This record gives sequence, structure tokens and C-alpha cells, in this order.
Amino acid sequence: MTTISSSPERTQALAPPPGAPSRGRRRGRRRLGDRLLFAWTWLIIVWLALPIAVMIMFSFNNPHGRYNFTWVGFTLKWYGPHLLDYPSLTTAMKNTLIVAAAATVISVVLGTLIGLALGKYRFRGSGAANLVQFAAISAPEIVLASSLLSFFVTMNVQLGLKTIIVAHVMFCLSFVAVTVRSRVLTLDRSMEEAARDLGAGPWTTFRLVTLPLIFPGVLAGGLLAFAISVDDFVVTSFVSGNTQTFPLWIWSATRNGLPPQVDVLGTLIFTFGVLLAVGSALFNRRGSNALFNRRGNR
Amino acid sequence: MTKNGRMLSRRNALRLGGASAAAMGLAACGVQGAAKQQSTAQAESAADKFWKAQKQTGQVNFANWALYIDPSHTTLKDFTAATGIKVNYSEVIQDDSSYFAKINPVLSSGQSTGADIMVITDGLQFDELVELGEVIPLDQSMLTNFHKNAGTPYQHRSFDPGNIYSVPWASGVTGIAWNPKYVTQPPTSIADLWNPKYAGHVGMMSDPQEIANFGLFKIGVDPVTSTESDWHTAASQLMQQRNSGIVRQYYDQSYINALSKGDTWITMAWSGDIFQQNLSSGTNLQFVIPKEGGTIWTDNMMIPKYAPNPVAAMKLIDWFYKPEMAALLTEAINYITPVPAAQGIISAAAAKASGSDKATLGAVASSPLVWLSADEYSRVKNYVPITSKNRASFYSIFQPVTAG
Amino acid sequence: MRRLRAAAVPYLLIMPGGLWLIIFFAIPVVALLSLSTQQGDVVHGFTQTFHFANYAYAWDNYHDQFIRSLIYGGIATILCILLGYPVAYWIAFRGGAHKSTYLFLLLLPFFVSFVLRTVSWQYFLSDNGLLLAPLKSAGIVPQNFRILATAPAVIGGLTYNYLPFMVLPIYVALERIDFKLVEAAQDLYASRATAFRRVVVPLSLPGIFAGVLLTFVPVAADYVNASILGGTSNTMIGNIIQDQFLNSQDFPTGAALSFMLMALLLIGMFSYARALGTEEVLEAAAR
Repeated sequence: MTTISSSPERTQALAPPPGAPSRGRRRGRRRLGDRLLFAWTWLIIVWLALPIAVMIMFSFNNPHGRYNFTWVGFTLKWYGPHLLDYPSLTTAMKNTLIVAAAATVISVVLGTLIGLALGKYRFRGSGAANLVQFAAISAPEIVLASSLLSFFVTMNVQLGLKTIIVAHVMFCLSFVAVTVRSRVLTLDRSMEEAARDLGAGPWTTFRLVTLPLIFPGVLAGGLLAFAISVDDFVVTSFVSGNTQTFPLWIWSATRNGLPPQVDVLGTLIFTFGVLLAVGSALFNRRGSNALFNRRGNR
Repeated sequence: MTKNGRMLSRRNALRLGGASAAAMGLAACGVQGAAKQQSTAQAESAADKFWKAQKQTGQVNFANWALYIDPSHTTLKDFTAATGIKVNYSEVIQDDSSYFAKINPVLSSGQSTGADIMVITDGLQFDELVELGEVIPLDQSMLTNFHKNAGTPYQHRSFDPGNIYSVPWASGVTGIAWNPKYVTQPPTSIADLWNPKYAGHVGMMSDPQEIANFGLFKIGVDPVTSTESDWHTAASQLMQQRNSGIVRQYYDQSYINALSKGDTWITMAWSGDIFQQNLSSGTNLQFVIPKEGGTIWTDNMMIPKYAPNPVAAMKLIDWFYKPEMAALLTEAINYITPVPAAQGIISAAAAKASGSDKATLGAVASSPLVWLSADEYSRVKNYVPITSKNRASFYSIFQPVTAG
Repeated sequence: MRRLRAAAVPYLLIMPGGLWLIIFFAIPVVALLSLSTQQGDVVHGFTQTFHFANYAYAWDNYHDQFIRSLIYGGIATILCILLGYPVAYWIAFRGGAHKSTYLFLLLLPFFVSFVLRTVSWQYFLSDNGLLLAPLKSAGIVPQNFRILATAPAVIGGLTYNYLPFMVLPIYVALERIDFKLVEAAQDLYASRATAFRRVVVPLSLPGIFAGVLLTFVPVAADYVNASILGGTSNTMIGNIIQDQFLNSQDFPTGAALSFMLMALLLIGMFSYARALGTEEVLEAAAR
């Protein structure tokens, strides 16, 4: 997009064309548009959370057995000591969180590096790298799962938490890399060149200039990676050995009924997440977010 | 899995060196690979030699399906109190096919899965494990409770005569379930699932073994003795049911959800699910074993090859055939137990209990979904026996029904 | 020396992640690729016979499901763009200090297992459930209308499950845009629509492309939504592949199907990238 210069020829062109609405009318329309967008965004957030609402509702249900599909009556009893009725479930939850945390951290680091390389530089092998990224995303999970399992077995690796983390990093990597790369592609080189001109070394440039600029991409990639890892089922089930994770337990349990404890755990996770979001929103309001509040974005 | 995989794995197996005595002993006895070639007598003598070489250990690793044991693990705790053996219980089995796909590469490369007991349903994967020699024959001398307390139908099963490789954990029956709110005339026959009156509201299962049985029942053939041409006829019946829009969906496990909400009115169903749903929510779903027949399936305890604690595993397996333990289990999971004496124990417990416990226990003790009558036992049949020879044709005939 | 170091930088950056992918992805998958031309079965083992007829067999039997998956994937992706772009736009330009909070809120439902989410949707969308019961009693829809076990249910489920994968990349691209450019266009009497069309959209193209990549590709290979929300004729190729690996244990056909799928998607995405000319646009934008 070209910058706007102020040569005499252009001044002529700045006269409003016939039929253009007045400044005031446009500002009014802008406000209506904003409000529609705001409503739409919240509509989507609510739509995404709708099943959660059902889940929360059923965490208060009072079935007399294991099946929790029909509303019977209201109770709070599952939020008490009954929550720990299924020890395997709580262990599974713990494992899922450990794996997701580890996998997110590792894949964010590795994926950001790849995204940087593919976005900033033209080098031989970038085509092949792109191809591998793409293949990692497009491979059906069952293919990844069986090939990884054969690989681990041939290499005589003990299946468990470590193999799950390795597998999760493997497919989260590409998601992070693609997200970061699309951000890096739009990076303004002049910023880094300016920093270099001012005497900053490559690491300093990265730390103080590049990283803050690509941070939204890194954060988005990290969130995606966490979400994928927490929810992964197929690949995890193949490489987990005798370790249990939350999605695996639930899938196995559906054959014999999903007890309310599952809904309670889900509600607790969701509530914790909401509190985290509200907390960070309050924290952000204190204005400490110079990273995001630049260049006229309100 | 692949030939290359096998070659590499033999190299690995040798490299392992420190493989457990069990594995070496078992390999020396020839109980591997071509187990299908051996006669029962050969297998028994090999098994004898294997078990004589085993020693007692202090723990046992039990791999099972989720929610398939009493939640408080009282059965396991009592076992530990009585024998001193610790039980590591893990609910890692989601379904037979994925569990088999998980353990097969491990076992065929000479490594242990870490599990001593696993629970596998009779069917394709069960047969494959036996054919591949990846399960250890049970020590019959340690099955005292089993021989004493197990019901007669469970001591003679077509898919494992003589209980060489497995004993039942729990059984279930596949029959027809319906919602009386929408189905006014109680169904009695398989053909009721084909009734155009219920078009768009009939549920069928997506497991090829399950629908094959129902297709075969419809044409009046016993699945255990069916031939390939029978399969073709059955499949065409199923395709007709599907193409005329009668079937709403092929469900894996969530048919109970659809049935209880009225999305489906009549469906193939497992007995335990109907019982559990009625118990949980007070619904009035009905279940019947059709007159042409229903399917009985059994989840079985088996010992995988290279199990680190086979002796302890045998002890735990036989432990569940004590009537008190079988009763505890059935009270919790509500599937059909192989120990008939458990019913009396549960009724007695119901008489002594009070409040909602009394209602629950009473329901369990008296439900026809948990205790089959002799007539029903005679009507139910096992799955079609599938071996590596006929598996490909079986699946190519029945998979198109659900594959859309 | 400096030039050598400069040339080595991209390789150094790629190395750790690339190594990870090569060891844990490329090698195992190539091994599986060789499986696609083998014959045999689980019990007797598989042998390499370069039996390329496996691919022909796979296409003959399952091209319906292939095409269906591409169609469902395409519709779901377009829906994701239509639904998600406004959200990304609003968060990027109007989110202010709370941008990361909004992103987090978008993804929060996904931290609860997809089985729970889908079961909840089944409850919500059932024939006489929370959504349809009031509509039916008000006479807005006929009595035997249903949402579950239909193609729209599957596509809806796919859109639902993959929406954040579209929103996040678009947000990342939009956030980069200096809003002053849009204001400048409007100062030049471009209408909001024109400003949007000629300024914002081209600059957000890399985000859209990344979003399409992260959405269309996994959606085409999805199987969960079809199996839980679909009816008898909504099976996707992911279900078939799943079935081949687990139930039929016909690994060669399963592998052949998988690689055909990956190849189709690859060709599609690269043509799309070519058509968009994303790289050139961005080079210019970065200046």
C-alpha cells in the first residue's frame, strides 16, 4: 500500500466525490458497524460455549446410576467428596495437564523458530520444510498414530507420558509454525534494520524487536497448541501405553456411561479458565499492555 | 506389523537378552507364532511346562475398560488383604480394535505391554491374539473358584472351548430396545427393526460383527455356523434396510443417548445400557431378545504374552469367581456375571439395605437384563467366528453397510 | 565469515524443530508409505510387492467418501471464514487491552474434551431437545424435522470444532495492520466496504491462507463429527481410514487412502497459494 504524499496533484483529488456521505453520517455508521461486530463476536463466543452450558447443567444433575443423559433433579453432591469417586479419572486429568503444558512449551519454542526461518528467509530446503509442515497437518491422525507406535516399538522405547509428549509436540509444532510464519511474513524489516543500525546484536534484536512484534502469533500458536494437546485422542491412545489421559478416559467411559463427575471436572476446568480470563482482563486494564496498544489501535 | 517390522523385532528380541524367564520359557516351549497349528494337547503340555517355571510375585497389573469395576475397588482391596499382592489397576482399554492395534506391535516385537491381565471381548481381536500366540494359556489348576462357581454356559463357550486362554469377566446381550412412548406394539422379532413404520427412527450398531449377527438372524441362520453366501444374503437385507431410509444412524455407543431422547424409537442395544439408563434416570425403556435370537458377547480376562506377573494374575483372575466378589462387581457394573450364586448374595444385600440403596440393589438382583433365563440362554448366539482366512471377505461384505 | 553465518541462520533456526519432525514424523510416515504397496494381513505379516493396485482399489471403493469429505471440508471452511473473520476483525481492531482475553475465551470450550462437547450438542440438537422442541410446538418446523444424523449436522459440527483454527491466524494477520491505513482510505472517501475490500482484506491474506490451511486440511480428515452427528450417508474418508486401520486391519488400503488424501490436499493447497500469490503481496506489504 503506498503512502500518502502531499504533492499538488493530489490536493485536487482530495475534494469529496459527488454523492459521498458527510463526515458525521460516516461516523454514525461506523459506530453502528462497531456495535454489530461487537455483538457478533459475543454471539460466536456464546455459541462456542453452548455445549459447556449443557455440561454445567448436567454437573448438577442427580441420576441414580452412572448414566447422565436425562435430567432427573438438582443436586450439589458431586461437588463434594464424591468428586474423587473415580481415582483413575483424577489421575487422567493430571496427566493431561502435564502433557499439555510440556507439549505447548516445547512446540511453541520449536515452532516459532521454524516459523521465523520460513517467513523471513529464502533458503534451499524451504520448499521441503514447507512440505513437511503441511504433511504433518494433513496426515490423518490414525496414520500418525500407527506409524509413531511402530516407530517407538522398533526403537524399544517405553510407552508412557514421555512418548505422549513427544507425539503431541510433533503435531502441535506445525500449527505453531504456520501461525507464526503468517505473522512473520508481514513483519516490517525496517524495524529490525533500524535496531541493527543502532548497534543491537542479533540476539538483542530478536529479544527486543522481533519477538514483541511476532508475539501475537506466538501467543495464538501457543493457545492452539494447548487446545489441540488437551483434546487429542487418537494419537494419544496409541502411544500412551498404560498411561491414561482425560480424553482417553472419557472415550472409554462412554461405553459404560459418563458419570456426573466428568461434567463436574469439565465445569471446574472451564470456571478456572474463565477466572483466569477475567483476571488477565482486569490486569490488562491497568494499561501494562504496551505490546498491543500501539499504532492507533483502540 | 509389517514384514520389515517383524525382522527388526527379532533382532530386538535377541538384543533384549534380559527378557523375563517367562518369555524365554514360553518361547522355548514353542507357544508363539504358529500356536494355531498346535492341537489342544500340545498346547496344554507346553502350558504345563511354562507354569511350572513361574514364581510368585508381589504385584499384578490389570488393564481394563473404564467404569468396568466397582468404583471403590473393594474387590481389589480385599484381594490385596487376602493375598498380600498389590494390584495396579489401569483403565486403558477404549475398545478392542484400538487396544489390539496398540499391543500387537509391542507383543510381536518381543516386548511386554506391562499388563498381566487384559479384558478382551470375544470376536476378531480375541481370535487374532490366539492365532498370533500373543496370549498365555491359563493355568487350569489355579482356576478352582471358576470350576466350582461358574455357570455351565460359561464353562463351555464355542470361541474358547476348555477355557484355555480366557475366562469371562462379564457378558452382555445385544437385543432390541424400544421406547414405549413411541412404539406401541412391543417388538418380538428382528424384522421389527425393518418395519417401515419406524423409518428414520431405527438405530443400528456400527460394529460389523454386531450387524452381521442381526442380518443373519433375520434370514434365520445361526452366526456360528454361517457361510459366506449367508453373509451375502444378510448383507443385502441390511443394505435394503439402509437404502429405504429406515435406519437413522449407525451408532457406536451413543444409541442409548438417542433412544432416551426419542431421536430413535427402536434400536439394537446392549442389555446393560438399558438397565443402567432406567436405573439412572427412571426412564422406562424396554429390552427384548428377539425370537430369532440375540447376540451374547463376553468380555474375557486374558494374560498377554510377556506378562511380568502371571502367577499373581491367575490368582486375581480366580479371585473374581468367588460369589461375594462377583456380587460386588455385578452390583456396580450391572452386566451379566458368570457366577449364578451372586444373585442370591445381591438379593440378601438388598433385603438388608435401606433407602435408595435398597431400590438399586433390588433392581439389580431381580432384573431380567442381568440374569438370563434358561430359555434366553438357548436363544442367544455368539458372533460369527472370524479367522485370518475369512476376515477380509467378511469385512468387504459388511463394511459397505455402515460405510455410506 | 559474516556472510556464512548469515546464510546459516535459517538452517540453525529450523534445525531443532525440523529434526523433531523428521525423526518423529517423516521417518515413521515414510515407513507407512511403503506399507501402502504391500499385501498381506496382520496374522501372516505384510510383504512388499509394489502392489500399486491398492491405490486403484481404494479409489474405486471410496471415491464417494473422498469427494464428500472435500465438499464438507470446503463448506465448513467457507463457513469458518464467514463466521470467524468478523470476530478476528473486531478483536484485532477493537479489542484493545483485552485481545488476549478474547482469544482465550474463544478457545476455552476446547479445553473440555470433545466427547463432552459433542455429547452436549447431541443433547441440545435432539429431535425434541432444547432447540427443536420450542420450534416444533410453535409450528415453525414440521414435526418430523431433525438436525442430527444429517449432513448439515456434520458440517455444523466441523465448523464448530475448527472455528478457532480460522479465527486465530486471521487475527494474527489483522492485528499487524496499522489502522491508520484504513482511516486514510476513508479520508480519501472510500466507503467502509471499499476500505475493507481494498485495504484490509489483501493485507490479511496470509492470515486467511494460514487459516484455510489449518482448517480445511484437518477437517477433510476428520471422522469424529461424522460418526457422532452424522447419519447413514454422511461417512467421511476419515471414518473409512479409521475403519481400515482398526477394524478391517487392511493397513495397505488404509495407508493408500491416507496418502491419496494427503496428496489431494497438498495439490489443492499449493494451487490455492499460487492463485493467491500470497508471497508477493506480503513482500510488498512488508516494505
